[in-house]
Amino acid sequence: MNSLTSITHNRLMERDKVAAVMVKMAELSKVILLPFIGIAIFLSIWTVTANSIDTSLGKFPGPVAVVTQFENLYQEHVNEREKAQAFFERQETRNAARLAKDPSYEAKIRGYTGKETFWDQIVTSLVTVMSGFILAAVIAIPLGIWMGLSRSLQAAINPIIQIFKPVSPLAWLPLVTMVVSAVYVSPDPIVSKSFINSMLTVTLCSVWPMIINTAIGVSSIDSDLINVSKVLRLSAITHVQKIVLPASIPMIFTGMRLSLGVAWMVLIAAEMLAQNPGLGKFVWDEFQNGSSDSLARIMAAVVVIGFIGFLLDRGILALQRWVSWDQ
Amino acid sequence: MSTFLDISGVDMVFPTPKGSFTALKDVNLKINQGEFVSLIGHSGCGKSTVLNIVAGLYQASSGGVILKNTEVKAPGPERAVVFQNHSLLPWLSAYQNVELAVKQVFAGKMNKTEMKQWIEHNLQLVHMDHAMHKRPGEISGGMKQRVGIARALAMQPEVLLMDEPFGALDALTRAHMQDSLMEIQSQLNNTVIMITHDVDEAVLLSDKIVMMTNGPEATVGEILSVELERPRNRLALAQDTEYNRLRSEVLKFLYEKQRKVEPLPQTKQVNKMQDMSQQKINKVVTINNG
Repeated sequence: MNSLTSITHNRLMERDKVAAVMVKMAELSKVILLPFIGIAIFLSIWTVTANSIDTSLGKFPGPVAVVTQFENLYQEHVNEREKAQAFFERQETRNAARLAKDPSYEAKIRGYTGKETFWDQIVTSLVTVMSGFILAAVIAIPLGIWMGLSRSLQAAINPIIQIFKPVSPLAWLPLVTMVVSAVYVSPDPIVSKSFINSMLTVTLCSVWPMIINTAIGVSSIDSDLINVSKVLRLSAITHVQKIVLPASIPMIFTGMRLSLGVAWMVLIAAEMLAQNPGLGKFVWDEFQNGSSDSLARIMAAVVVIGFIGFLLDRGILALQRWVSWDQ
Repeated sequence: MSTFLDISGVDMVFPTPKGSFTALKDVNLKINQGEFVSLIGHSGCGKSTVLNIVAGLYQASSGGVILKNTEVKAPGPERAVVFQNHSLLPWLSAYQNVELAVKQVFAGKMNKTEMKQWIEHNLQLVHMDHAMHKRPGEISGGMKQRVGIARALAMQPEVLLMDEPFGALDALTRAHMQDSLMEIQSQLNNTVIMITHDVDEAVLLSDKIVMMTNGPEATVGEILSVELERPRNRLALAQDTEYNRLRSEVLKFLYEKQRKVEPLPQTKQVNKMQDMSQQKINKVVTINNG
């Protein structure tokens, strides 16, 4: 009798264990299996459709062509680096030789002027977008806080924001270009004009969502918290620092995520036209180049652009988790 | 000797798009030091407006408030407020919430160690010392309200203003909080103005119950002195004739003299007829009151 119950008991335990494993499997399949299936289906549709599209530059690239181009781009990068290395070594030995002949000779060090590789262009794009975005944040967050605190300022500025918010970067760029060439005159510029043009265009387009969200966040703070601040007679600065800023942090981050998404989209267009040596220029150059590999290389850039955009968003999310109290 | 807190001839008129709305008309009230005063009345009668005027969050349209011979013009920590919805800063722990107030009020008067002791002392007073490093999101509604009270007490106010402090709590928690408040009050003997909807709460806690008439143009209807011995015990008082007399006085005021007929939310079809009769009843009530 006793052993019988223990057997049933063991069986029940077994069943529980099996059930637990099943649940885990189900969870795992949701996280790994389903996305995997989704990607697989997407790739096969891509392959089939690409095969049936004929362009003047040959067939539309399928996944395999794109992967090949990724390898090529990486190889080009390695080769270019080796060339640069070789160039600097040659220059060094040449200078050393001349210095040995003539000790008064002042060695000239010249930079390497080879073309940027795909990786260099990714870095340029990231630097440009972050500069533009940070500049936008530096303007938008204080302005948004001020607007949120003052109904009159909000009423005064809101129409301007609503009108400029939907403007495409392509409309801003000619204006920015002309203003920058007129104002940014320097015999020895620290950064190139094309960089400034792209950066300012990014700023102009990404500043609006941050202003709006910050202002909404600040103006919707619970009136009880404002009253606490009044009863405590907090000074204006302490009020902003201790009450307003922490209370509106979640909304500020929402604005920042929207803005960074806009910034990254705008950047590619801006770089195409401003000829800033980033991913946008890469796409444009490949388009102009028109070789049989061009479409595959552009497609590779598209994948990279999408992936970086995703990572940027995750980055802001991680920052929010770290900074904000409500996550 | 002049009165400790003197509310005299206070009118409150709010401008609205439909014309001005007189919420309060000629409110007069004198409160002595150490007195616990409850304001009771139907919702919308302007109790909160009175409290906000004393707090300095609203400015009276005419008349004014004098606290210890100084006119109240702006909010300040000497008139600490306990809000109905605790209004703790959700990103700060209980300790930090009290700390914000203490740092502001006692800057330059206390050193760091004294401040720490004072904050902890006040949290102990409301029995929150065990959870003082938890954030508002991690503690219950009653506990939040305790922290809110600790924050107000830590300001060492001349008058403690409480706007329906236990209104959002369940009945059992509310009873606990009332007992706690009585215990604290027996130690500190603060001057308190408390708004409440709860007749039992008013009688149990107060020295004076101020009953307000219905708005618009609300004012002080009657003032009832509660001379029950302290410490008060809710169980013992339930049998007490004086307690029950006071209780029925308040009830009589609220449900006979100042009966308020709230229009019930109805389905549309259940008709305009009823709405019209409702309006008539309202009119009759106003006439009776007027």
